[in-house]
Amino acid sequence: MALDVAAPAVTPVDRRKRRFLVTATSVVGGVGAAAAMVPFVISFWPSARAKAAGAPIEVDISKVELGQKIDVEWRGKVCWVINRTPPMLASLPKLDDKLADPNSNSPQQPAYCKNQHRSIKPAMFVAVGICSHLGCSPTFRPEIAPADLGGDWLGGFFCPCHQSKFDLAGRVYQGMPAPTNLVVPPHKYLSDAKIVIGIGEDGKDS
Amino acid sequence: MEKILNWIDARFPLTALWKSQVSEYYAPKNFNFWYYFGSLALLVLVIQIVTGIFLTMNYKPDAAKAFESVEYIMRDVEWGWLIRYLHSTGASMFFVVVYLHMFRGLMYGSYRKPRELLWILGCLIYLCLMAEAFFGYLLPWGQMSYWGAQVIVNLFATIPVIGEGLALWIRGDYTISDITLNRFFAFHVIALPLVLLGLVVAHLIALHEVGSNNPDGIEVKYNKDPRTGHPVDSIPFHPYYTVKDIVGVVVFLTIFSIIVFFLPEMGGYFIEANNFIPANPLQTPEHIAPVWYFTPYYAMLRAVPSFLDSQFWGVLVMGAAVLVFFAMPWLDRGKVKSIRYRGGLYKSWLAAFVISFLILGYLGVVPVTVWGQFGEGFPFHSADKATVLARVLTAIYFLFFILMPWYTARDRTKPVPERVTA
Repeated sequence: MALDVAAPAVTPVDRRKRRFLVTATSVVGGVGAAAAMVPFVISFWPSARAKAAGAPIEVDISKVELGQKIDVEWRGKVCWVINRTPPMLASLPKLDDKLADPNSNSPQQPAYCKNQHRSIKPAMFVAVGICSHLGCSPTFRPEIAPADLGGDWLGGFFCPCHQSKFDLAGRVYQGMPAPTNLVVPPHKYLSDAKIVIGIGEDGKDS
Repeated sequence: MEKILNWIDARFPLTALWKSQVSEYYAPKNFNFWYYFGSLALLVLVIQIVTGIFLTMNYKPDAAKAFESVEYIMRDVEWGWLIRYLHSTGASMFFVVVYLHMFRGLMYGSYRKPRELLWILGCLIYLCLMAEAFFGYLLPWGQMSYWGAQVIVNLFATIPVIGEGLALWIRGDYTISDITLNRFFAFHVIALPLVLLGLVVAHLIALHEVGSNNPDGIEVKYNKDPRTGHPVDSIPFHPYYTVKDIVGVVVFLTIFSIIVFFLPEMGGYFIEANNFIPANPLQTPEHIAPVWYFTPYYAMLRAVPSFLDSQFWGVLVMGAAVLVFFAMPWLDRGKVKSIRYRGGLYKSWLAAFVISFLILGYLGVVPVTVWGQFGEGFPFHSADKATVLARVLTAIYFLFFILMPWYTARDRTKPVPERVTA
């Protein structure tokens, strides 16, 4: 008696169906994998604690003498507060033709500091003390015509890393590695004696 | 013994692997001095991994403790100073060996068909190694660690539009901080070593697939001895080259030991003087220079002036200087591979390239004012001499690659012999 088993029917491979299934599963799997990456990528952003530490700071400026610079830390960056003397302020217009951006057209300061002295009150200069080149901290060189900076130096900032020069309003000289003026952070006066750095007169934090 | 081996072989191709990859891997018989550096790179990789594991046992990736824990390793941990100096010396020697290994490739055309992928894998290893060195350099949390990382991360900030956000994302904070240190530590000890090991394995698999090039640039595997079936100009890697490489290892370890025991800081080139001062975010060192192996690229970065309110161009040039190596297999149109049969054009360009690279390396160490300015009476009287030279050398560096299709094709090559020489 012959075995009553039918030979398995050889059905031809449906390539269209197979391609559809491969594509569909790959797309779904790919979307899933991409979605799974999201938490890992987002975990790289500043944590809640880092953000809290980057909150605005209050600075007492009543004890900053004429010609003195104090350093405060905001978001881990050094911020300068300098009480500029009248001769220092008088030096600013003399340098316009040597500066890359004398009118502060590039947005390195809040709108309320886009003026010749780059500050809210002319004397009191607030700036992030970090070179616009590669983040070094320039040194404060208020003296006139020191030996290493040349006879036409009227005071300013000098970056030790790549020798960029800035005037006493943080405006960069022409032909320097630094492309732009120093950053003026958002800040505002709470009173004559107190400023807050990190939030501006316009309420913006940058 | 043989029984154990048979037992294993029935379950894992141990003998087969040994034969195909080592004892019956036929390599050209004319390897010379330049062929030591591949195996030496592997040796340094092992040194770095072993010493690195032992360093992590005492190191603390915490901004408040990192610097102190490195000094603790140096002073209080038994033999800690040795382990640390082996690791710091290993980092520099890794680049010495890899640069010589790459130069060998340039000389003998080891990147040419059919070794394009082998070359690309090698370039990826080089990239990975640079990242590994960069992340590792932050860990001692010295002044140069901190400010070097500051400069490099800020390179990303110069990218238009997304730059600032990208730099913030990389740091995980508004400045290089404890958070940054902790994640760089993770990259340095886990992520990149895994990638590096994977790439090294792939590099070796690709090498053993296509076979080694040799100083004559002749494909030896096509000329087989009909009796043995092995290439006539080849010898088994083991024992011939294992023994040769051991000689290289002995010489290398002698030099390595002299550095570790007598010159671990190498006059400030392997460990910079400023790195013995704890990181201080509020005070920039007088002069920031990367470790010597990055200085050619750093000199290029500094040489490119800012343009259109952005200094991204310097970063682009720096990146292109590294990535351009990937294109070499397709830039070279020479009829021969090895420098032995190239004409004067290729030799001159290669020499100009190497000299540019070396001088740029020097310029990256020193301040741009090192030679002063040109002074009155010269066309660019206020420009720094060093900057102008760096610009010229950067141009030569890139012309070596850009003009390669032209000068390699026009070069007056010599006929390549049938069999390898000497």
